[in-house]
Amino acid sequence: MSTITPETHIDSGHNDDPSSNYLTSSSGFMSWAFTLDHKRIGVMYLVGIFAAFFLGGVLALLLRLHLMVPNGLFGDWVSLNSYNQLFTLHGAVMIFLFIIPSVPAALGNFVLPLMVGAKDVAFPRMNLASFHLWVFGAIFFLIALVTTGLDTGWTFYTPYSIETQTNVIAATIGAFILGFSSIFTGLNFIVTVNTMRPPGMTWFKMPLFMWAIYATAIIQILATPVLGITLLLLMGERILGIGIFDPSMGGDPVLFQHFFWFYSHPAVYIMILPAMGIISELMSVYSRKPIFGYTFIAYSSIAIALLGFLVWGHHMFVSGQSPMAAVIFSGLTFSVSIPSAIKVFNWTATMYKGNINLATPMCYALSFIFLFTIGGLTGLFLGALATDVHLHDTYFVVAHFHYVMMGGTVIAFVGGLYHWWPKMFGVMYNEFFGRLFCAVVFFGFNLTFLPQFVMGSRGMPRRYATYVDEYQIYHVLSTIGALALGIGMVGAIAVLVISLFNGRKAPANPWGAATLEWTCTSPPPYYNFEHAPHVDSPYDYSGLKYDPQIGGYVKDPNAPKPAAGHH
Amino acid sequence: MLSILADTMFFPPERSTVAGSVDGLFDFIYYLSLFFFVLIIGAMIYFVLKYYQRPGHTETPSPSHNEALEITWSVIPSILVGVIFFFGFTGYLNVREAPENAYEIQVIASKWNWVFKYPNGAESSDLHIPVDRDVKFLLQSQDVLHSFYIPAFRIKMDCVPARYTSTWARATHTTGSGIDDSGHAPLRLFCAEYCGEQHSKMHRGVFVHETADFDQWVEKAANILENNPPEIAGEILFKRKGCAQCHSVEGDNSAKYPGPPLNGQWGTERQVIPRGSSSPITVTMDENYVRQSIRQPNSEIVVGRKPGMTVFTPQLLKDEEITAIIAYLKSIK
Ligand code: HEM
Ligand SMILES: [Cu+2]
Repeated sequence: MSTITPETHIDSGHNDDPSSNYLTSSSGFMSWAFTLDHKRIGVMYLVGIFAAFFLGGVLALLLRLHLMVPNGLFGDWVSLNSYNQLFTLHGAVMIFLFIIPSVPAALGNFVLPLMVGAKDVAFPRMNLASFHLWVFGAIFFLIALVTTGLDTGWTFYTPYSIETQTNVIAATIGAFILGFSSIFTGLNFIVTVNTMRPPGMTWFKMPLFMWAIYATAIIQILATPVLGITLLLLMGERILGIGIFDPSMGGDPVLFQHFFWFYSHPAVYIMILPAMGIISELMSVYSRKPIFGYTFIAYSSIAIALLGFLVWGHHMFVSGQSPMAAVIFSGLTFSVSIPSAIKVFNWTATMYKGNINLATPMCYALSFIFLFTIGGLTGLFLGALATDVHLHDTYFVVAHFHYVMMGGTVIAFVGGLYHWWPKMFGVMYNEFFGRLFCAVVFFGFNLTFLPQFVMGSRGMPRRYATYVDEYQIYHVLSTIGALALGIGMVGAIAVLVISLFNGRKAPANPWGAATLEWTCTSPPPYYNFEHAPHVDSPYDYSGLKYDPQIGGYVKDPNAPKPAAGHH
Repeated sequence: MLSILADTMFFPPERSTVAGSVDGLFDFIYYLSLFFFVLIIGAMIYFVLKYYQRPGHTETPSPSHNEALEITWSVIPSILVGVIFFFGFTGYLNVREAPENAYEIQVIASKWNWVFKYPNGAESSDLHIPVDRDVKFLLQSQDVLHSFYIPAFRIKMDCVPARYTSTWARATHTTGSGIDDSGHAPLRLFCAEYCGEQHSKMHRGVFVHETADFDQWVEKAANILENNPPEIAGEILFKRKGCAQCHSVEGDNSAKYPGPPLNGQWGTERQVIPRGSSSPITVTMDENYVRQSIRQPNSEIVVGRKPGMTVFTPQLLKDEEITAIIAYLKSIK
């Protein structure tokens, strides 16, 4: 089973020179666009989602500039419509095109097969199809953007989405296609983890990143079809007037919200679980300590994935659903908060008595703990019914989800990218600038979103193109923060890109990590490993010694064998 | 000291009876969160400073799990979130269920407008309510989703097309005095559910009046006579007072309407049977006939109809209002 090879006629041109790697094994546009190599697919995803992130980021800055003055920096009547399109496309691009595929499809694709010591994922062709679907989905989003735009909010709430003149159909087709892309990725990872682990890698010897991706994949394949069906129904509603969401035909708009959030709440965990997986790796590697409470972290990923299906109603506390339903959803919501809280305690405890290396990825990991803790704690205000009634659909919510999605997922993603960058491209980046821009991102981020908690609790509703004067001061602070954040993000990416040209050559294991991907050369050869790797405990650092000659860590053959089952 | 900071920083003024308890819960969560935040971030910074990689420093073995510790830090937060959940839902049930005998105002949202309707028939586009009285808001939408949000009261509820929803509040402070808007600094009412182009323009003022002022205001707002030409006022009254339920103004003489049609009748003659008599007499539809038919409807019944019309006393319908209705009846052909 685990010997599926990715070789096809397209790849047959790869050369067997031992010094060649997956980047140099073949060249030309076709060798990339139709590759079956998970590493190349991961890299293509990386390029794609960064393009989406850039687009979403530019839209975000335009939004924030517009909100500098109460009546909108770009004028009044004309701009109400444009503002509504801006926030919709910003949200939709960030969610569907960027953050959902970010960690699983880009980093997961690259890292996961290496972590199991395999040559590829279980279904390489499906993997390629998933990327091509992503491209098609993105094209439909761009069509919506350049034709009449989209102004429904990324949530597509009916009946507004049935009536609006903007291009809802193109956007829903796009999201529908992206859903398949996401399902393909999830399916692939589940089968890969189930069937391709090497002998000796039991479930509880798996790196936590694999647990996280596995849990995410479960959500991807269970929840995404519901979104697909909902979007199909919405199209039916617009084109054929079937009348299940349209109140003028006896339909129920609140039903749409149930359907929508039944997918989209779990989708929040599609965004955050893989990020948590990255943090588990980073905290352990850069503290040189086995992760504290491994078993709990592993199980809690699965628990979060499953419980995440039961809490969708907390987006609807003031929608007119029954008070009983609201009470139940509130209770369940709090039950999901506990595993997340304990993970934070575990990560922090991992540093205890460690040897903490403040390399750039660790700076991002620490930044993550700070920001994600704020994101998580502010969720308590929204899970509690009485306070949510006041805060719902205000900037408090906007701040909360940016702390979770950007402060959590994006920060972890960038941290993970810095961590695996030497493996992916075989070069070391500049540590000084890496850390500097991490700090700029951190301060810019807080300046952008902390004032939003305040204005939200003071009553500033979200999705407002214009606002009453009393909120202006917070908006001005937030816009200045966003500009700083934008500079920080561009800088952080630039540091990585520049390293491609002038970076020092990376050793196989620059950080002294114990997971399998660090046992192959950097960048990995076409078939990942020269020899089948030997499975050790993923968080045992005892045998790894720093070798100043190569600037990385090597396995000390004389080191004592780790005691079996360290956790 | 800290709590003063939190109050002024986070909240609009508390202007309803529930606002205090919402803010109380907010503060509770806030301080609890602050405590845990300082704990976690404090530990993180402490560990970084104490264990960062420097020449000669290495990691020391320590247990990679600790059951007692892990159970403690699972159980304590679980209890705390249980408490938050409990206060959250009791406070919520309170805003969902209006007290009995609340004064009821209908709220009709549409793209992009609010209409408030009061029990005496008054209508307004800003919200006016009495202080210290339970007010129930019955919410409707005419098109897409909207959401009725008054930050100072800490209430919010979606307006869903083809469905009624409701919420309520009891204001604790007036926003000024007098029935004139200029004597007030109104609170804000927002639409909080995205509803299209002018969503962000869909905000209005909330005026909280002294009881006596409110009674006057709502009386005046309902007083259609002063604000309209007589035929128009008469038409509004004709519908609002229930005349239209029994009298067609489209000439429909069928049994669907208990009373005879009233359009095109001015100045015409008709046969009526005076009370206690058996033979009809002829009368003309003029001011006196109309007035009498309203004040003593059963004194003269049109041939072929049964007595049964409500007696409109001056409390139900004032003389000036009858005059307006007469003007209306004259105008309909
Ligand atoms: C440079 C960083 C960012 C800034 C300055 C920013 C700013 C904003 C602003 C001003 C809004 C409109 C708020 C409203 O009126 O409701 C918004 C909405 C939103 N943002 Fe961001 N954002 C940033 C990054 C992100 C990221 C990284 C994500 C997710 C990956 C994201 C996801 C969203 C979503 C889902 C919405 C809601 C859109 C809607 O209401 O339909 N944002 N953001
Ligand atoms: Cu509205």
